[in-house]
Amino acid sequence: MEKFEKLTGIAAPMPLVNIDTDMIIPKVFLKTIKRSGLGVNLFDEMRYDREGNEIADFVLNKPQYREAEILVAGDNFGCGSSREHAPWALKDFGIKAVISTSFADIFFNNCFKNGILPIVLPAEQVEVLMKDAEKGANARMTVDLENQEITTSDGQVFAFEVDAFKKHCLLNGLDDIGLTLEKGAAIDSFEAQAAQARPWI
Amino acid sequence: MSPKTLYDKIWDAHVVQQDDDGTCLLYIDRHLVHEVTSPQAFEGLRMSGRKVRAPEKTIAVPDHNVPTTADRLQGGMNEESRIQVEALDRNAREFGIHYYPVSDVRQGIVHIVGPEQGWTLPGMTVVCGDSHTATHGAFGALAHGIGTSEVEHVLATQTLIQKKSKNMKVEITGQLRPGVTAKDITLAVIGATGTAGGTGYVIEYCGEAIRSLSMEGRMTVCNMAIEGGARAGLIAPDETTFEYVKGRPHAPKGAQWEAALTWWKTLYTDEGAHFDKVVTLKGEDIQPVVTWGTSPEDVLPISATVPAPEDFTGGKVDAARRSLEYMGLTPGMKLTDIEIDTVFIGSCTNGRIEDLRAAAAILKGKKIKDGMRAMVVPGSGLVRAQAEEEGLADIFKEAGFEWRLAGCSMCLAMNPDQLAEGERCASTSNRNFEGRQGYKGRTHLVSPAMAAAAALTGRLTDVRELI
Ligand code: SF4
Repeated sequence: MEKFEKLTGIAAPMPLVNIDTDMIIPKVFLKTIKRSGLGVNLFDEMRYDREGNEIADFVLNKPQYREAEILVAGDNFGCGSSREHAPWALKDFGIKAVISTSFADIFFNNCFKNGILPIVLPAEQVEVLMKDAEKGANARMTVDLENQEITTSDGQVFAFEVDAFKKHCLLNGLDDIGLTLEKGAAIDSFEAQAAQARPWI
Repeated sequence: MSPKTLYDKIWDAHVVQQDDDGTCLLYIDRHLVHEVTSPQAFEGLRMSGRKVRAPEKTIAVPDHNVPTTADRLQGGMNEESRIQVEALDRNAREFGIHYYPVSDVRQGIVHIVGPEQGWTLPGMTVVCGDSHTATHGAFGALAHGIGTSEVEHVLATQTLIQKKSKNMKVEITGQLRPGVTAKDITLAVIGATGTAGGTGYVIEYCGEAIRSLSMEGRMTVCNMAIEGGARAGLIAPDETTFEYVKGRPHAPKGAQWEAALTWWKTLYTDEGAHFDKVVTLKGEDIQPVVTWGTSPEDVLPISATVPAPEDFTGGKVDAARRSLEYMGLTPGMKLTDIEIDTVFIGSCTNGRIEDLRAAAAILKGKKIKDGMRAMVVPGSGLVRAQAEEEGLADIFKEAGFEWRLAGCSMCLAMNPDQLAEGERCASTSNRNFEGRQGYKGRTHLVSPAMAAAAALTGRLTDVRELI
């Protein structure tokens, strides 16, 4: 997995609440058996009309946000299905961090597995970042994972929380299957003990 | 020992290892797999030369993509769907996991097949690359959805890296009134808590109204825990649960059954255990409900009127405005004046035998409104067979419903069953998101009885007027 250390980039504002995984990547695009190539269909129904033409006033179609790497979004981002196609599509488009007041649980986890950093901040701070993002391409925001800080284009700094293990994996680009396989002995002994306690499983 | 919740007990029984910061390696007893969220996980195993650690605990069934028409075995499937279903066929064979192919009468929606075959048992940890895995919580199993990377992690290690959620209690006291069902309970709870109300929690549903539900009803309630944001929903197992499980193909037998039962009977929340959040609703207060918007929290009793954006605060004002425009509704109109053109009865929320019985009871001897497109999609081949035996299929067909084969169908528009632009559906599924049932399709979530009532009248209808 790609490492995430420090990112300075354009942030796109999406103040809508409850942006669900069907909005992020409509299910007609889930019939792939690969992980890549979903970026062109990110936010498809908001981004294109039925004929496939871009809808000019959708944020990621605006010239200043086409290269966005950060999303600042309304409450409860990523609710809905467990499908990892949502973070795959974000990642494929180039989004590396999403900031909101809250995320749906499964989506939040899925982000970390794909090198995307989801950041939860209080409503007042998200509002400040939203305003900053609205300034367009010149307003580059910095997300520093090591120091757990976001810096706005005009130098305001907000600290954020992140789970220590997830941070470690993200900073080092670690695949957690490999890490867990190293604990094989512990899994073996758990299985042996569970087979005694609950033999019917 | 300090008193524990049901969630605490199941969690504690499955911790393989715990780090200082609370991160746990949790053992997974059952892993359910379907065709949409698994191909990349199997591919990942292949690329890294890993194998499935416990194939005997892994069960696969195709459901999301498969057409539900009779011609589906004769090439009625489109190219991309076929590729995913074939990939599942191949992966199941290659990695040696249990598999129910499309041609098997036991095939159906993964969350219906698991319990039906006795794979889901009380006290287990159950995962699936699908958010509605919460359904299995009805058995007092800790069950939740995972993403594809986690599917790969479980395939390779039979564990998940998890932090414990907080405990939330949702109590439904007293009894439901006639015409009110498990679906109304679960929607009413989301209406009360919001779609993020359960975020960070595992919900235990309890109270007299929950105890009185059948296993089918309990599955409906837990199914939508995720729509309230919770990681999982749980209901403590009791005689109703044991009765349902007993004799199923993969349920324990003989001495094993007795041993299992002894443990299962300890699976309840101890007196005085701590809940971080408590929500209580009175069963008598719950009415048949419908959704008016594009989030499952947009719930109102059928007797209400469409709200205005100004009725809300914060970000919800804009969201409501967008929803109303999408849904083509005007504030102030009566919900019962909303005309519908499509009815869908099915999904892992309401595709079980009891759901079909409830709908058939309303439809018996009647005809659906002229021009209405109505379909029933049983949740599994076995539900379908049982409904045929009970004569329910005939009631549906005589009323004018299409009688389909098992699958996810119009719950999610990934197969040929979809809404066309602007079509409006009374649906027994669980999500009313924009485009969920088809591009620009409009969804009103309801119970099976309410869906049947709407099919008869051609508008959203209070089923209590028909019983
Ligand atoms: S019926 Fe609907 S919600 Fe259930 S598993 Fe299938 S697509 Fe998901």
